[in-house]
Amino acid sequence: MLDFLALIGRQFLSKIAGFGRASFVLFYALFAWPQPKNFPLVVSQLYHVGVKSLLIIAVSGLFIGMVLGLQGYTILVDFGSEQSVGQMVALSLVRELAPVVTALLFAGRAGSALTAEIGLMKATEQLASLEMIGVDPLRRIVAPRLWAGFISMPILSMIFAIVGVYGGALVSIEWLGVYSGAFWSVMQDSVDFYDDVLNGIIKAVVFGIVVTWIAIYQGLESTPTSEGISQSTTRTVVYSSLMILALDFVLTVLMFGDV
Amino acid sequence: MGDRENVIEISHLRFKRGDRVIFKDINISIPKGKISAIMGPSGSGKTTLLKMIGGQLYPDAGSVSVEGVVVRDLSRKALFSLRKKMGMLFQSGALFSDMSVFQNVAFPLRVNTSLNAEMIRDIVLLKLQAVGLRGASQLMPSELSGGMARRVALARAIALEPEIGMYDEPFAGQDPIGMGVLVTLIKKLNQALGHTSVIVSHDIQETLSIADYIFIIADGEMLACGTAEQIKNSSSEKVQQFIHGHPDGPVPFHYPAIDLMQQIMAGDTGDHREQGY
Amino acid sequence: MRSRTVEILVGLFLVVGLLAGIGLAVSVSGISGANGGSYKVYAHFENIGGLTKKAEVTLAGVQIGTVSNIRLDPQMLDAEVEMQIFADVDYLSVDSSVQILTSGLLGGKYIGLSVGAEEEVLVEGSVIEDSQSALVLEELIGKFLFDKVSE
Repeated sequence: MLDFLALIGRQFLSKIAGFGRASFVLFYALFAWPQPKNFPLVVSQLYHVGVKSLLIIAVSGLFIGMVLGLQGYTILVDFGSEQSVGQMVALSLVRELAPVVTALLFAGRAGSALTAEIGLMKATEQLASLEMIGVDPLRRIVAPRLWAGFISMPILSMIFAIVGVYGGALVSIEWLGVYSGAFWSVMQDSVDFYDDVLNGIIKAVVFGIVVTWIAIYQGLESTPTSEGISQSTTRTVVYSSLMILALDFVLTVLMFGDV
Repeated sequence: MGDRENVIEISHLRFKRGDRVIFKDINISIPKGKISAIMGPSGSGKTTLLKMIGGQLYPDAGSVSVEGVVVRDLSRKALFSLRKKMGMLFQSGALFSDMSVFQNVAFPLRVNTSLNAEMIRDIVLLKLQAVGLRGASQLMPSELSGGMARRVALARAIALEPEIGMYDEPFAGQDPIGMGVLVTLIKKLNQALGHTSVIVSHDIQETLSIADYIFIIADGEMLACGTAEQIKNSSSEKVQQFIHGHPDGPVPFHYPAIDLMQQIMAGDTGDHREQGY
Repeated sequence: MRSRTVEILVGLFLVVGLLAGIGLAVSVSGISGANGGSYKVYAHFENIGGLTKKAEVTLAGVQIGTVSNIRLDPQMLDAEVEMQIFADVDYLSVDSSVQILTSGLLGGKYIGLSVGAEEEVLVEGSVIEDSQSALVLEELIGKFLFDKVSE
């Protein structure tokens, strides 16, 4: 019995120690100011992390927007309020779906790629080589990837939202016959830039930080075997997804709770 | 060990990894400007020693000092400048997979010096020429064979012409020609620059042929040290077994296990995963 | 990967992101902003019905401001509604009246303002005296039944 308690105690302490290490990585890589000469690295990472995710985000946004338009119409038409479908599509996307779904897709695509890449660099001793050459791997490898993640997520989320809105507009106006004037004006009246759009972007930034951080940390801590890397990649996706959904709840309460 | 100057001092080193004791009490003095070899059976912790010299691992007890400064006491900044004086060749080559051969060798130059692009290019080409791979400068690491990759890694390790060169298994996996190239190269660097070389290897022939001093480590302790001649003529049984490659002697070949007949009779695979635990 | 191509693609990515942001601002949230700010005007109501913040304040059906705050007045025990009127609408007489109206049959509540005859106009902090509360469905039904019974 005592052994069991000791085991739990040890596990708990090692998780806390892990979190401490992770925080160190985050703060050091962020606040050790990215040097101007590392700027091209950030650009290159923006490509790998952001640009390459563009297709999956845009396509998903389009389909979700179209489904929202369709489902929204079928529900609202019973109340005679089908003119409000634009409002429904826009608010759902901007407040919730754009930041959350984008973050989940991002975790799956970019997050897992980051973990695998860094895990592999660790396994093949590339990180150790960098250290021996006198280059700080946190600055050269980790920091550019963190910044690329923070910048890409809100951008991807906004693209998701706008593509979704136009997808919803396409379905509602062209296919289901909602008057285009009503669609857009009801939407514009009910979507507030500061309360809705900006809050959605804040969510996206928070999710971006969390996902990129988890992905990089898991890569750095991975066991240097193929099995180890695969486990770390899975952990990245699972932990990121859970954190995204939990944080979404917290942020939603904070932002929209007292309407 | 006389009056020579020692650039690396390892004294009373103790190190454990988990429950396994890797070093019990190691004392090694690496002389300056000479080629020293650290040899020993697999798993004796040779690579770990190199990592300690480079400050990537810290000992549990005892000290490792380079040029008189204890590595553990160095600040992060001081450690990074110390590392610029060292060039390390990793066992796996560890080339940066997203850069070409040329870019890999140029990397330490670009990062640690302010030389202009033409000078860097010349130096890189010269280093690649020395390892016989100048024609491969545009290839990516994934396109190289293991032996070639390790030669490029050597070129990268010596790009800055460091004072201390550490080579982890440089001869492993090389064909005879590649081997010859490396042996000559390390010797030349040593003669031309007064460069201190530390080679970790279990390639007896090659190592004995170029090393000035040899340190043999086994069971967490130093088994023997001395010049190549002294080692070859050593009276110790263990040393003789090692350098002649006898499969069995004082250092057992077999991993500890119960009697063979006993195990077969009991139908025990010895692997709990097989048993469906 | 050619570094020039990468740079161009990343630049495009950032531009598209910016456009998406602008698109969201303009066509989704219809941000237009009051021209040159606004001034606050207050009114008290016995019952605000379903009036909420951000509801429109209109004159002859045209929006001249929004409801910025609604609070319970502890002294007068009624609802105090704070409205932001666009600064360029500066010709509302002090005896204007406000009424809480419903948009359509099931639509939301908004405030309709009618201008009075005085020369003095409403300024920052003015209180509109003449106000008519919202029509609450239950009260209407109650009134209807009462009238019916007394017939």
